[in-house]
Amino acid sequence: MDTFTHLLVLTLAAGTPLVFAALGELVTEKSGVLNLGVEGMMLVGAVCAFIVTAKTQSPWAGVVAGMAAGAALSLVFAVVTLSLLANQVATGLALSLFGVGLSAFVGLPYISVVIEGLKPLSWPALTSLPVVGELVFGLNPLVYLSLALFVVVELFLHRTRAGLILRAVGESPQAAHAIGYPVIAIRYAAVLFGGACAGLGGAYLAVAYTPLWVEGMTAGRGWIALALVVFATWKPLRVLVGAYLFGGVTLAQFQAQAAGVEIPSQLLAMLPYLATIVVLAIISRDAALIRQNAPASLGRPFHPDV
Amino acid sequence: MIRLEPRPEPSRTAAWLSPLLAAGAMLVLGLVLFTVLGKDPWVALQAFFVDPIASRYGVAELLLKATPLMLIATGLAIGYRANVWNIGAEGQLTLGAIGAGGIALAFGEGGGAWVLPAMLVAGALAGLAWAGIPALLRTRFNANEILTSLMLVYVASLLLSLLVHGPWRDPEGYNFPQSKLFDAAALLPNLIAETRLNIGIVIALVIVAAAWVFVRASFVGYRMRVAGLAPAAANYAGISAHRNVWLGMLIGGACAGLAGAMEAAGPIGQLLPVMSPGYGFAAIIVAFVGRLHPMGIVLASLLMSLLYLGGESAQMRLALPSAVTGLFQGTLLLFLLAADVLVNFRVRLGLRRIA
Repeated sequence: MDTFTHLLVLTLAAGTPLVFAALGELVTEKSGVLNLGVEGMMLVGAVCAFIVTAKTQSPWAGVVAGMAAGAALSLVFAVVTLSLLANQVATGLALSLFGVGLSAFVGLPYISVVIEGLKPLSWPALTSLPVVGELVFGLNPLVYLSLALFVVVELFLHRTRAGLILRAVGESPQAAHAIGYPVIAIRYAAVLFGGACAGLGGAYLAVAYTPLWVEGMTAGRGWIALALVVFATWKPLRVLVGAYLFGGVTLAQFQAQAAGVEIPSQLLAMLPYLATIVVLAIISRDAALIRQNAPASLGRPFHPDV
Repeated sequence: MIRLEPRPEPSRTAAWLSPLLAAGAMLVLGLVLFTVLGKDPWVALQAFFVDPIASRYGVAELLLKATPLMLIATGLAIGYRANVWNIGAEGQLTLGAIGAGGIALAFGEGGGAWVLPAMLVAGALAGLAWAGIPALLRTRFNANEILTSLMLVYVASLLLSLLVHGPWRDPEGYNFPQSKLFDAAALLPNLIAETRLNIGIVIALVIVAAAWVFVRASFVGYRMRVAGLAPAAANYAGISAHRNVWLGMLIGGACAGLAGAMEAAGPIGQLLPVMSPGYGFAAIIVAFVGRLHPMGIVLASLLMSLLYLGGESAQMRLALPSAVTGLFQGTLLLFLLAADVLVNFRVRLGLRRIA
């Protein structure tokens, strides 16, 4: 098969968990809530998806379980920050630490379990077409789902009334409240959506990408997704492009090893993290750019009487 | 209806009560969890929280594990007070271990009395330098220090892995990824015979006390507190935000680096691919549960250390996975943040008054 096409297919596959998690976080942040618990929600989504797949032999049941688990964990975050008005930064950190602990705990008996994961589509007549066959018709079903999610998020935020209200809540919760929109309820919905997407990203890793369960298997992807939302200056299309760029960077280490390049694997494994730092610094350098694009109330609690 | 009414001023009583409330809620959750897992909850509680410290050796272990936690949390708390969010202490700890280990491996053999102090200084400086990266990125490029300091945790652990798999691997170590054992000159002296407790705890306590003086009695500490409490007022008063970022990050990094050096020169005594069971992250919880206050941090570090010991004990005596420790740690912080609502709000029952 065409090597370049194959590389593109691999890049899409590697970027997909970031697409799910970052698009979800984007919607959450657009409502003015900063949830730093993405890593924890992804891990819990991954472990639940894996366990349910192992028990039911149905990866799709696992995917649904992963989403539900991510949403359930984000509900904890929503209660503590939106109803109890706790600091969002601290609570998000707590959620990540909690998710790491919870997933390690419940996943322990499943560490060497083998499951039948979600396979890429295969319609021999179409996937064997030259050049584009595999790229268009032979991807994992969840990769198509992530692309659909991108379209939905883009249209929702910028082409629907509900999306406009969500953005209004993120820009000025006081104004939205004064007009009569239920700010807290809208933020709950946005946080739950973000949690379900993060869970889906984790589920993709555990039942489609690898498929297996390893403690801490997200390896910082939740944090990279958070950084991606900033790089993308809160724009869905840029999130998509950024996610695939990072997918490509994670592939570099396998490609270099396959090509027999004599570099210690650890140095190559550092690349995605170093790239995140460098890109974050470059984008953030323009403070005005961040200020103009970040939701104005991002990270601030809302209480009508304060 | 339950609703929240803002208090005119934060309640000091509630501020001290909420960690106790959170710890109590965590215990209740533990009881439920143990019952669900089919263990006798009281036997499990005893195995988790009492048995590990029922002996002299156990108490020494409690203090040994509390040492890095209180040290790191003290450093982090200084930054957190000024709204500087260093969450990469785990990486700074790793760099501290690398710095100290480098000195020990190069000069430990036949080295004099200066080797150990040099290791501790090298560890603190390595942690400080590692924390300096997010500080530079924040002050020069406006990059969020939460994300950059966390990314550097992964980089640090890969760097340590590279060293112990490569140049620093013990040639007589049967190809295990670990350095050779440090020489006696590179190890912290023991404090209590027949235990693993070393003088690290004394060093940590001295630093906690010094930090208290710094925060309470120094002008620099005062300015950092103002910046945390009222950023706009601090800005108006000409307090440099950049300076606070540098101070907060570097102090946190130096403390975490020193903690890493003392782990390498203390209970571990060599370099391994992983130098800490998540002390750098647990210390974030310690800092919050301890209310960013030195005395509170010391108490919270003992509680967190007990959770580590309890997890090990539960694994041996109840066949529960030791991962239960991480679960308890995360829960404790979530409960604390939830209970903190009482600090700034009164809970009112009944319908909202129509004004």
